[in-house]
Amino acid sequence: MVPISYYLILSGILFACGVTGFLIKRNIITIFMSIELMLNGVNLSFVAFAAQWHALSGQVFVFFVMVVAAAEAAVGLAIIISVYRTRETLNVDQVDLLKL
Amino acid sequence: MLHLILFLAFGAVCVAGAVNLLAQRHPINSALSLVVVMGSLAVVYLLLGAEFVAAVQVIVYAGAIMVLFVFVIMLLNAGEEERTKGSKVALLFGVPGMLVGSILIGWVLLARGGGRSVPVGALPGTPKVIGWLLFHDFLLPFEVTSILVLIAIMGAVVLASHPDTEQGKKEG
Repeated sequence: MVPISYYLILSGILFACGVTGFLIKRNIITIFMSIELMLNGVNLSFVAFAAQWHALSGQVFVFFVMVVAAAEAAVGLAIIISVYRTRETLNVDQVDLLKL
Repeated sequence: MLHLILFLAFGAVCVAGAVNLLAQRHPINSALSLVVVMGSLAVVYLLLGAEFVAAVQVIVYAGAIMVLFVFVIMLLNAGEEERTKGSKVALLFGVPGMLVGSILIGWVLLARGGGRSVPVGALPGTPKVIGWLLFHDFLLPFEVTSILVLIAIMGAVVLASHPDTEQGKKEG
């Protein structure tokens, strides 16, 4: 039997890795993947609490988080494509102007 | 015991994938290690009894979203990223702060979170139960989500359409 705290610690580690990647990475696509990693960590804690309280609505929330993440991925990658088209770079340090 | 072994094995794979995502410099390697993270997370969901969530994790996350990522990486021909120097202050305060924070959170969780756990093979989150919840208690959020996805699809098409083409001009 695995206590719920182990799952929460795993979820915290994943979230922390996501935050670290968001801060240290310079490639805009990798930064975006770090955001997905954070979302996965949060999903794990949702499922863990759903198992602890025997409340299946937690798993329904995970479903909604996944839908929002899918929508976010589609729009975000489209934005990345248009950023690359106008700036010819994926390095976030070089994308520092609001106007063209 | 089996539960603990499975959890430790797939949790270790999960953490290794996440660390590898940070360590790799080429985006395609990062994307593949993210696929590993998501696949082993699906097994962890199964250990928690979330059958439906595990299946959706593999299909939507490891399947659809990561294919999208790999597609964009290939499309933009992304090369290795350049490293820039981090600030000293972040290193000086960030690392001890992170250590203190993680020890504190881990201690609190380990001290307080005993709780029940799910036996291996018990799957309370079957598609039948989740579907019932989704179409009774969460019907309005579900329908709102479908509108959100529709808007996201249209937004993605408008954003990614080439401005030089006829269609792109018409769309603005």
